Amino acid sequence: MNITLTVNGGEHTADVEPRRLLVDFLRSTVGLKGTHIGCDTTSCGVCTVLVDGTPVKSCTMFAVQANGRSITTVEGLKQNGDLSAIQKAFKEEHGLQCGFCTPAMMLVGTALIEENPDPSEDQIRWAISGNLCRCTGYINIVKAIMAAAETTREGASS
Amino acid sequence: MTATEHRPHTPPEIGGLGHSRKRVEDARFIEGRGNYVDDIELPGMLHMAIHRSPVAHARILSIDTSEAEAVEGVVAVVTGEFLAGYNLAWMPTLSGDTQAVLATDKVRFQGQEVAAVIATDRYVAEDAARMIHVDYEELEPIVNPQRSLEDDAPLIRDDKEDVESNLCYEWDSGDKDGTDAAFAGADKIVTLQTHYPRSHPSPLETCGVVADVNPATSQATIYMTSQAPHAHRTVFALVAGLPEQNIRIVSPDIGGGFGNKVPVYPGYVVATAASLVIGKPVKWMETRTENLISTGFARDYYMKGELAVSNEGKILGLRVDMLSDQGAFYADAQPTKFRAGLFHIVTGSYDYPVAHVATRGAYTNKAPGGVAYRCSFRVTEASYLIERLVQNAAYELGMDPAEFRLKNFIQPDQFPYHSPTGFVYDSGDYEAALRKAMGMVGYDQIQAEKEQARKEGKLVGIGIASFTEVVGAGHGEDYDILGLKMFDSAELRVHPTGKAILKLGVRSQGQGHETTFAQIVAEELGIPADDIKIVEGDTDNTPYGLGTYASRSTPVAGAATAVISRKLREKGKKIAAHLLEASEEDLTWDNGKFHVAGDPESAVTIQDVAFAAYTNPPPGLEPGLEGVHYYDPPNMTYPFGSYIVVVDVDPESGQWKVRRMVAVDDCGVKINPMIVEGQIHGGLAEGYAMSSMQYITFDESGNCIGSNFMDYLIPTAWETPRFELGETVTPSPHHPFGAKGVGESATVGSPAAYVNAVIDALQHLGVTNIDMPVSPDRVWAAMEKANSG
Amino acid sequence: MYPAKFDYLAPETLEEALSILHERGDEVKILAGGQSLIPMMKLRFASPPTLMDINRLPGLSRINRTNGTLEFDALVRHNDVVKSDAAKANHTVSRAAPWVADPIVRNLGTVAGSLAHHDPEGDWASVMLATGAELVLTSSDSQRTVKIDDFLVDMFTTNCLPNEMVTKVRVPAHSSRGGGDYQKLERKVGDYATVGVATSLELDEGGRVAKAGIALTSVFHHNLKVPEAEAALEGERPSDELFAEAANIASQVCDPASDVRGSAEYKRHVVDVFTRRGLAKSYETAKGGLT
Repeated sequence: MNITLTVNGGEHTADVEPRRLLVDFLRSTVGLKGTHIGCDTTSCGVCTVLVDGTPVKSCTMFAVQANGRSITTVEGLKQNGDLSAIQKAFKEEHGLQCGFCTPAMMLVGTALIEENPDPSEDQIRWAISGNLCRCTGYINIVKAIMAAAETTREGASS
Repeated sequence: MTATEHRPHTPPEIGGLGHSRKRVEDARFIEGRGNYVDDIELPGMLHMAIHRSPVAHARILSIDTSEAEAVEGVVAVVTGEFLAGYNLAWMPTLSGDTQAVLATDKVRFQGQEVAAVIATDRYVAEDAARMIHVDYEELEPIVNPQRSLEDDAPLIRDDKEDVESNLCYEWDSGDKDGTDAAFAGADKIVTLQTHYPRSHPSPLETCGVVADVNPATSQATIYMTSQAPHAHRTVFALVAGLPEQNIRIVSPDIGGGFGNKVPVYPGYVVATAASLVIGKPVKWMETRTENLISTGFARDYYMKGELAVSNEGKILGLRVDMLSDQGAFYADAQPTKFRAGLFHIVTGSYDYPVAHVATRGAYTNKAPGGVAYRCSFRVTEASYLIERLVQNAAYELGMDPAEFRLKNFIQPDQFPYHSPTGFVYDSGDYEAALRKAMGMVGYDQIQAEKEQARKEGKLVGIGIASFTEVVGAGHGEDYDILGLKMFDSAELRVHPTGKAILKLGVRSQGQGHETTFAQIVAEELGIPADDIKIVEGDTDNTPYGLGTYASRSTPVAGAATAVISRKLREKGKKIAAHLLEASEEDLTWDNGKFHVAGDPESAVTIQDVAFAAYTNPPPGLEPGLEGVHYYDPPNMTYPFGSYIVVVDVDPESGQWKVRRMVAVDDCGVKINPMIVEGQIHGGLAEGYAMSSMQYITFDESGNCIGSNFMDYLIPTAWETPRFELGETVTPSPHHPFGAKGVGESATVGSPAAYVNAVIDALQHLGVTNIDMPVSPDRVWAAMEKANSG
Repeated sequence: MYPAKFDYLAPETLEEALSILHERGDEVKILAGGQSLIPMMKLRFASPPTLMDINRLPGLSRINRTNGTLEFDALVRHNDVVKSDAAKANHTVSRAAPWVADPIVRNLGTVAGSLAHHDPEGDWASVMLATGAELVLTSSDSQRTVKIDDFLVDMFTTNCLPNEMVTKVRVPAHSSRGGGDYQKLERKVGDYATVGVATSLELDEGGRVAKAGIALTSVFHHNLKVPEAEAALEGERPSDELFAEAANIASQVCDPASDVRGSAEYKRHVVDVFTRRGLAKSYETAKGGLT
């Protein structure tokens, strides 16, 4: 089936089998390797991308379902060539170790801040509870999202 | 040595030890530009999928691959029979046993590798793998080690000659007679029987390989998820018979290891053999289910511990009897001379004269492994047993568990301390760590709250663990993997412009080596950390080393880095003397500068020295400023700490929630406090996981329960407790800069603290033990049993 | 892991979708949120020959509140319910929604799809049984309304015909004297319930229980409504003792299986505890409407 997706602002057209998962389309067809695969059961969330701004586990959506829709991956987080607030915050707050869950965590954090510019620690923990991390104990991921929310608020008010 | 604070010696612009330097590696990860094995795509690359046994124990009658071979896109189907033609059907394990690469005679666990499909596309490979048909004659599955050792149990390893039982090893340590005598004279004997359940490291990136063998040149480049690339190269040379100079192992970014990526797995071998035969690169990435059911389990120790105590509250001796469930192949990653890893460190943080530790292992119809999951060779099981046991001993003596510990700790002036099972603890101040944790948590206050809560019918518990680890193997005399001595190495090249590259035999899996190892060089040589690049994970371009596991990178490779830096500094001094026209003896070193003593104006920088090393070396001195050092540590290092957990238990549902988790760690001198904290956070979370929910079990047919993340439970941010960290600093006296290793302390120490807290909440009801995971149903069952008893 | 091959249909209108079902309903599986179906396909527990993706059908994503009824269209996602003010009209629904799956799965998974899937460990079916919901089943030539009790047949089985599709789920709104709750024991976020208890209460003007709903998750081979416990409550004045009596009945009626989540005895006990707690919380809300 012939499909066209907008990925990080650019259009990508390809002929795919209906069973091809969105995550494989992004990784193999588009060639963006920042979206990872960690489980088979929609549990770990490392494949999370934004579909029309909403976090979705891309291992649990067929590429054909995303036909005509707009996808944001970690590679699309930079704005005008600059790291986004959340990317900076993950580095600043030591919010990552092995880096495997990081793209997903940053995307979920981005969507959360978009919806709730001033999230509490509990709200952040709840929002990322569909995404696993094995390295950090989540402490610094939560801190990073909190910090990114703060800089985003400051940026918006200045 | 006493617990002291440690402050940086270098200014931030140099960024030596003690600076919370932001991580260098983050730059690529936050942009999604990491390079993990699954990200590697080579021209013409094929994909592999493995057909696995659905049953736990069966004789293979026939394998029919014809339907799979007929699928469009399938290039080859590989069976054990085919591999046998290359003498590759079996391979050695890290414990000197053998393991089937693809089964030929029998399958010995559910999920065992039976055949592999190589195809042009991963989807096709998986379709075809399902079309391989195997006839099995089912045999009795053995799902626990107790049954395994009964006389009438069927023999699992009938492939081995001269083997008549399922006993896989028997090993003991300590003084049996002396221990028996101590027990005979004891006022009380406190006993704990517990099972540390089977667990799995399950890093979020599964294991995988891209094998690229050029049949014309027999050059094999193998990209794989490897915590120990050099050791793996040697294993590949031995297994596959390829000349070692033609094997290049590349371990790119690793999405977490935790011990899972230490062994060599059948999938790696099959992919390499397939690439050799087909002449194209072959990729194999595990699915999560494959990861959980076939590679690298951990723990699964059945432990009986007995503590002999006096009425005054002194420990007189320890007796341990342990039976391990090893699965179908004995594959523990561990030093050769210790058959149950370093489990005999079980005497813990306490001073008593005698102990005896008897261990046995049994084959069962389960996956092999026995990896050190975020742990130094079975220290986790040991630490858990002794910390649970002392807690129960305190209850039996009517003492406060903290008081009992304080009364029995090894004292600071006893170091180096010779333990009853032969370890020489390097340094420690256990009382300082526990007192600090007690202060942080407000121990007396919280005890009072607990008593008050009980009066109101609520259940509050306080659990302590005062653990001692043993990390940083070797020295080589006692510690080896398959004969390879457990040294590690560092090669430092200072370039003419004063920038440097450091090449290591270890491999980071998230620990931040690119950041911290530069700080070691910065400390020793005064070159700014930002000017130092770290290279690791490519065997063609790094010196030999045993790899990153068992918290050994900082203690061993970190030491090697410090030593080679110092050697180059010594050489630099000669060059500086030449440049300053002074004598070496008159020179003073100060953070990257040599100057004539008493005349700081008359100085040359390390950058001047580096330039001169290539442009103006002193006559008679070898040019250049490069060197390599192989470091064989004189002893292990012994990090320690005290953790205190406070829990609230729901008396009706058995659910429990961590109210406080205070962790005081002492890992000696820290390279980067930010990274140390991160390591501790992760370990505390994994300790919580094991204590509360994360385990693998089997039904009576040998079906794995815990074969995906819906059944193998990893806590999310919602369940994971908040942690409060504290520190003491007791340097290692034998490490070049006093560091001890920290990546695993929290996984080792914390499970007992969580479990002790839950038991503490229930002990007045008569509950003395709940095996992990301490799930709500088990808590409820323990309360019910205590009520009815 | 990857699904087996299938044919993919993505109709643009409801009429088109219904006509596909009319012609080949037996071989067509409807893909709504896909958060249960796709994992099952990846594990190859399910290999439907044809998937009909209904996500492109227009106008099926509304939550409407009209005349004391809360109405969910076929494509209302779990998180739509979490965020919806209208959905607060039924307390059982609004309190259950955050407990369904995990936050990312909730962005795609649908209420109607979850009911049509009828996994006995799913949360929504209990909520609907406790609140007395009904479903609208539409085919190309008819439309019928079915009570949830009749819709759910057995695990993974409903009385939705191959040519039909669930187009709406209707839940009675709570009155000002109504309350509801969902108590779930899950081992971690995203886990299926070890035990789930949905409760709903309506009080009369005098403060007696006019209508009660209790349904259980994961403790029977399907989601289990407990009329015996409901009957014990109705007409009575709420009290801790009354709730304990109803809870005890619920714990007797259920028939849980022993597994890694706990023994049957334990689950039965949790049904008792959670039913009592759920009724107390429901009452807490409901009594706020008493004058």
